[in-house]
Amino acid sequence: MRHIISVLVENKFGVLSRIAGLFSGRGFNIETLSVAPTLDPQISQMTIVTAGDDQIIEQITKQLNKLIDVIKVTDLTEKEFVEREMVIVKVSPPTDQRAEVLRTCEIFRGRVVDSSPKTYTVLVTGDDKKIGAFIEILRPLGIKEIVRTGKVAIGRE
Amino acid sequence: MKITGAEIFVNALKKEGVDTIFGYPGGVVLKVFDVLYGEKGLKVVLSRHEQGATHMADGYARATGKPGVVLVTSGPGATNTVTGIATAHMDSIPLVVFTGQVPTKMIGNDAFQEADIVGITRPCTKYNFLVKDIRDLARTIKEAFVIATTGRPGPVLVDLPKDVLFDKAEFDYPSEVKIRSYNPKYVGNKWQIRQAAQAIQKAKRPVIYAGGGVILSNAAAELKDLAEMNQVPVALTLMGLGAFPGRHPLFLGMLGMHGTYQANMALYKSDLVVAIGVRFDDRVTGKVDEFCPEAKIIHVDIDPTSIRKNIHVDIPIVGDVKFVLTDLIREIREMQAAGETWEAIPKTWHRQIDEWRTEHPLSYEWDEEVIKPQYVIEKICEAAGENAIVTTDVGQCQMWTAQFYKFERPRTFLTSGGLGTMGYGLPAAIGAQMAFPDRLVVDVAGDGSFEMNVQEMATAVIQKLPIKVAILNNGYLGMVRQWQELFFNRRYSSSDLTGQPDFVRLAEAYGAVGLRAARPEEVEPTIRKAFETPRPVLMEFVVNREENVFPMVPAGGANYQMMFGAERKKSESRLRVARG
Repeated sequence: MRHIISVLVENKFGVLSRIAGLFSGRGFNIETLSVAPTLDPQISQMTIVTAGDDQIIEQITKQLNKLIDVIKVTDLTEKEFVEREMVIVKVSPPTDQRAEVLRTCEIFRGRVVDSSPKTYTVLVTGDDKKIGAFIEILRPLGIKEIVRTGKVAIGRE
Repeated sequence: MKITGAEIFVNALKKEGVDTIFGYPGGVVLKVFDVLYGEKGLKVVLSRHEQGATHMADGYARATGKPGVVLVTSGPGATNTVTGIATAHMDSIPLVVFTGQVPTKMIGNDAFQEADIVGITRPCTKYNFLVKDIRDLARTIKEAFVIATTGRPGPVLVDLPKDVLFDKAEFDYPSEVKIRSYNPKYVGNKWQIRQAAQAIQKAKRPVIYAGGGVILSNAAAELKDLAEMNQVPVALTLMGLGAFPGRHPLFLGMLGMHGTYQANMALYKSDLVVAIGVRFDDRVTGKVDEFCPEAKIIHVDIDPTSIRKNIHVDIPIVGDVKFVLTDLIREIREMQAAGETWEAIPKTWHRQIDEWRTEHPLSYEWDEEVIKPQYVIEKICEAAGENAIVTTDVGQCQMWTAQFYKFERPRTFLTSGGLGTMGYGLPAAIGAQMAFPDRLVVDVAGDGSFEMNVQEMATAVIQKLPIKVAILNNGYLGMVRQWQELFFNRRYSSSDLTGQPDFVRLAEAYGAVGLRAARPEEVEPTIRKAFETPRPVLMEFVVNREENVFPMVPAGGANYQMMFGAERKKSESRLRVARG
């Protein structure tokens, strides 16, 4: 099963490598990973999406906790949470389909962030399903390039 | 007053109570070695290879319980420590390894003798640091010692760029440091401990399975109390040997791949396994599903990741073994005092264990003409006494020592368990002898392993350390050959070491004493002579070439399906049974 694990770490050099090394060294998977500073510039927040059975997830959270630079580990999947991901897609549709791109973008509440005579670059945020659906609809219109941020998630009050 | 980084380093070590540094100089750390020159409070042991220095520090740490300290230069000096660091990491041994580094401005430029040692050792240290600013130096050293010695101990590496050692700063050594993200838990959960006490009180076929954690937390006395109060038999792991008296009636011996029949059977048939300071290593469990299929498991360990890593645990207790056992014993005493029924262990359980003991005791076939390696171990054990420290290399020599030597006290058996590092024994013996100049220190080596760090003979001689090296010379990589015999149709591919040097003359070349025994009747006099000689002595025992370590559980097999050796041949009159 998929788990979203939120990790607070000391913002020091080498921490990302320690986390990545832990996953690779023990054969755990990282599906997505995002890192950014928190309000306290000395602390960073990581959101890791990983998959495994209960025993593996238990090991992952324990092993993360064991790392000296890790301050707190929360498995968000165990509780209520909100998750979002952002995707930026560069589409180059045939001339007669350019309007279709804009319509799709509107339906998904996306924004056009750049355009050129041949391409539109559009941005959409949402959960897994929404992003997946958006990409599937754009695919026949001619996707040139795609970038995703990886997931960020936060627990609900 | 401002002092240099090198001086801060030396002062910090003194504040930590360090008395011995094992090391090797080189370009970027000359400033530190310069400060150490003529320094009275700190002994510097110059090894002949940085791997040797690291194992020496490891042997020192295992024998004393204090952290071992290593100081080497950058690049190759640093990379040579990696095997020693990984050895300590697998066995949770506290080391603080200081490596030189190229000046901060040159880091990343592929400078001369540059290696990213922090990157290289990240997965085999408990933690590591690169000190980039002289103002962080003292605090970092303090943190390194704290991290290495607390919680589950382990090696910590501190990388010291050359310019940091030359820069100047005030020396302000913190008496303690708080690391907000590091708070090891020592005291076990009360409720869980009560559950464990109740389970022990009710068990019909209990067995204690204890390991290196007992030694690391200095809890041998508590382990003995726990075993004796309810008469629970004890099996030890390789790392645990010495944590429970080897001749105690409740002692089952080592368990696992080359463990005793009674230990493996007791686990297999038990209804309660009390696992203390162990990690259910694959060499212990064999096939995990059939390790102790009928048992409820209590698992005490300071490292939460050890618990439920590869086996289901019913009562997990995270905490330091000494703290948890103290609380557990108190809880059981209170229950017994309050008159709560204690269902004493049925006599049938102990009787069953005794049957297993007599069914397949540790044994080997005697030979009038050829020295049996097991016999050498028995004779060393007889002559050495309880207080002697024994180190081993890895392979058959290690397993025979584990089986046939009766360790009575903790910190008397130093061996590379987790990593299985050949070449560990000699430098570890040197480290232990540095810590205890007046105790007998014996290294049981194989001819293959010995050569992996043979250069440290020079260190032993120069430091005037009266260590005794016993080489069980079979001219093979014995354990490799044994596996090839059993599982690869006797195709001895690259395991025949014929053409070894003359070890006696080699010892003499180093300035040590060399002795050789080639016949069984020469074994005892050789050992006696070696032990009486107040100098480094190398004893070469020319042993039976194709002797095997039995009993044995084939890799991946279940522990109750053991292979036996000597008795297979049915030559009862020549069978020698290990004395308990």
